[in-house]
Amino acid sequence: MHRFANPTRFFRIANAVLPVLAVVSAGLFAAGLYYALFDSPADYQQGETVRIMYVHVPAAWAALACYATMALAGASFLIWKHVLADLAARAAAPIGAGFTLISLATGSLWGQPMWGTWWVWDARLTSVLILFFLYLGYIALVNAFDDPDRGGRAGAVLALVGAVNVPIIKFSVDWWNTLHQPASVLRMDGPSIAPEMLLPLLLMAGAYFTLFGVMMILRLRGLYAGRRLRQMRLAAASR
Amino acid sequence: MSPFLAVIARDLRLARRQGTDIAMTLAFFVVVVALFPLGLGPTPELLARIAPAVLWVTALLAAMLSFDRLFQQDSEDGGLEQLALSGLPLSLLALAKAVAHWLTTGLPMLVLAPLLAVSLNLASDAYWTLVATLALGTPVVSLFGTVGAALVVGARRAGVLVALIVLPLLIPVLIFAVSAIEAASAGLTIRVHLLFLGAILAASIPLAPLAAGAALRQALD
Repeated sequence: MHRFANPTRFFRIANAVLPVLAVVSAGLFAAGLYYALFDSPADYQQGETVRIMYVHVPAAWAALACYATMALAGASFLIWKHVLADLAARAAAPIGAGFTLISLATGSLWGQPMWGTWWVWDARLTSVLILFFLYLGYIALVNAFDDPDRGGRAGAVLALVGAVNVPIIKFSVDWWNTLHQPASVLRMDGPSIAPEMLLPLLLMAGAYFTLFGVMMILRLRGLYAGRRLRQMRLAAASR
Repeated sequence: MSPFLAVIARDLRLARRQGTDIAMTLAFFVVVVALFPLGLGPTPELLARIAPAVLWVTALLAAMLSFDRLFQQDSEDGGLEQLALSGLPLSLLALAKAVAHWLTTGLPMLVLAPLLAVSLNLASDAYWTLVATLALGTPVVSLFGTVGAALVVGARRAGVLVALIVLPLLIPVLIFAVSAIEAASAGLTIRVHLLFLGAILAASIPLAPLAAGAALRQALD
């Protein structure tokens, strides 16, 4: 793993992977959206609104995966002090906040016809909202210091503290009897969802995760260039 | 005297000599609670309905104003480096700071809250529950506040930032505390909510000082 902490080596591989990942992501989105919107059955209870689920559920998964990425990158920055780990945590935060916002917005669009309300303060929705606030707090904290290294280290500690929220979100629907449906894909006794609905869901999940990868690489490139620019400016100013 | 107790004693002495700091936090608490009856009109049923939320939310906001006292001054005058060199582990230093903060902010609020609850016409069955939720909840506020304050040492606009960081983490405390008081007003069982609050406190006592200690180490680098 430390081999890839070298920015030059990392970006050589990342730049090679990027076009492939982008094409795969676009393909998965096309296939996933086709199956999700046209070639999958309507739910016997929810009717056509079930199609919102194909956008909503993978966004929520990706939001959690982003947070896990951010916390792990933060931890490895604290432990090994790789600059790239700090940049990865910073890169993941706004992407994760975006995915969280998508899942909150689509969930509320689905909740209006199904539950009869845009929003309820149940455990799942509240804990995802807290996740969104954690992302905002992280972004505010890392940018609040004149020294970017100090901001990255403070942010890493905050990301690790906030990580207690991740299992709470995952299991909130099982621990509390809420309005939100319990887990139907990742469960001990296998998925309880119909196979013809599982296929578009998994395609969309693949599309979201590859999109996450594409955006991570693009943002990492930008952040790294920004960091280099700062170093050059400081070097020029001190000369 | 052990270094741990010495830090607590030092913070209490500082708080006593700069008494206006504590008084301002408590005055904020009282004034904001008093604004609600003025803004909503003095309907006793309405006030009784919102009393738990008003008291708890105001207590949280007042606490946010007090966190800059924890490390900001020490970091500006170099005292923080001295404390770090004293040999006391940073997490224990953070715990001592949290204890001193609770004694000077949480405890006075605990005493004031029932008086304010009377003015908000809270059901008399709920007084002891209010005190119990504050007794279990405000130490968590102090502990998380220590983490937040340690994270923002040296940051721009640290006061606003600490609220943005700490308030989301305190949402569970608010939820369980307010549900306990509402359950008590309605004559329902409060045990579950208090157990949850107790569990959060029991988990925060060891974990929050560890996180705050890690944050302090980053601040001192």
